[in-house]
Amino acid sequence: MATPIIETPRSGRVAPGYSRSSTSRGNFEMIAWLFMRLSGAILVVLIFVHLYVNLVAGDGISGIDFGFVAGKWADPVWQIWDLTLLWLSMLHGTNGIRVIINDYAEKNSTRMILKGVLYTATVVIVVLGTLVIFTFDPCPVIDGVAHVADYCPAP
Amino acid sequence: MSTETVQKEPASKIEISPDVAGGEIPTFDITLKVRRYNPEVSDEAHWDEWQLTMYGTDRVLDALHKVKWEHDGSVSFRRSCAHGVCGSDAMRINGRNRLACKTLLKDLDTSKPILVEPIKGLPVEKDLIVDMEPFFQSYREIMPFLVSKGHEPTKERLQSAEERDRYDDTTKCILCAACTSSCPVFWTDGQYFGPAAIVNAHRFIFDSRDDAGDMRLEILNDKEGVWRCRTTFNCSEACPRGIQVTKAISEVKQAILTRRV
Ligand code: HEM
Ligand code: SF4
Ligand code: FES
Repeated sequence: MATPIIETPRSGRVAPGYSRSSTSRGNFEMIAWLFMRLSGAILVVLIFVHLYVNLVAGDGISGIDFGFVAGKWADPVWQIWDLTLLWLSMLHGTNGIRVIINDYAEKNSTRMILKGVLYTATVVIVVLGTLVIFTFDPCPVIDGVAHVADYCPAP
Repeated sequence: MSTETVQKEPASKIEISPDVAGGEIPTFDITLKVRRYNPEVSDEAHWDEWQLTMYGTDRVLDALHKVKWEHDGSVSFRRSCAHGVCGSDAMRINGRNRLACKTLLKDLDTSKPILVEPIKGLPVEKDLIVDMEPFFQSYREIMPFLVSKGHEPTKERLQSAEERDRYDDTTKCILCAACTSSCPVFWTDGQYFGPAAIVNAHRFIFDSRDDAGDMRLEILNDKEGVWRCRTTFNCSEACPRGIQVTKAISEVKQAILTRRV
């Protein structure tokens, strides 16, 4: 009496590895996408002014030396400029590499390892860079001996 | 199946003198190389190759038919309509995703072998046949059907020409999977929803009669949703219906953004 039910071919069977492990809604990927465009737009200005001031203006590349860098960092405008450049480009670059890892790594474990290396490198560079910008001392005096540039005041 | 039982067609009784050339279709020789895979025989795929004499009006599908019908009946591929409507025969022809039934042989470089492979990124079942289920799973997830709130109207749901035009491009999809299986993001792990699912979501998101646009945007605002699109444009180039797939994806991204930010 009972009519056998013939299931539609492959009903409910999606090849393992294809079914999405979990639906992760949330806006992180959207914000990351937006951040790439916004930071990109700001980076254009930051990078090209940076390149022009360092490599073209004044004596051009021959003007670059320890003193040039020291001079720039004595000015809070360039401190903020370089700090923004550092943070934005690092976050932008890190997120870019994160996306590339997601695109190319095939296993979640590989992704975890690569991203671990990436985030560690980012934190080290950002912390170190920030520290240098704010604690940079062009005229260190070590044991009463003035080092480096001749423009430094006599100790 | 033995050849003896096959009756040969009687020879035509109409004599055409050989110098009559009217309406003659030029013929040319091609080499067809097909990527073969049969898990019952070997885990390794390999290439098989045939020399065929084809007509100027023939498509890649005709060459595959010739092979299957006259040379090797075990060559497996999907096709149904043979006229670019059903979306069964998307395959990788000379490295590009196309419909075999819409690709004229004369448009390809016939001086070199014509390479035919299954579309990439989906599990191959046999020869040119892939398991489309992961592809359709994503399609189902975006709810490809009209969802409307309120009372059912007593007459048709009216829509202006402009409103209809808003999503006209994405109504053309025939679900051939040429786009999704051309996307490098999909190739990696098959988790990305893929262009086809987004195209079909677009078709309803921008339909003025539909009320579930927000739900679809929410579904595609996933880790594996629209944000994985890297605007490579492979999908737009692959689409046999000429749908501007990347543009549709961007419009869905925009819709998610303007709804949330
Ligand atoms: C000149 C200003 C810049 C602009 C306008 C810009 C813009 C962009 C945009 C819009 C993306 C996203 C591409 C996508 O989603 O597919 C991107 C990706 C990326 N950016 Fe930038 N960027 C700039 C500078 C930089 C800098 C200085 C770095 C290095 C620190 C960098 C590293 C990356 C990386 C690694 C990616 C991922 C690669 C990819 O998506 O293919 N960018 N950039
Ligand atoms: S969008 Fe084009 S390529 Fe993609 S499934 Fe539809 S018809 Fe095929
Ligand atoms: S066989 Fe139907 S689309 Fe090619």
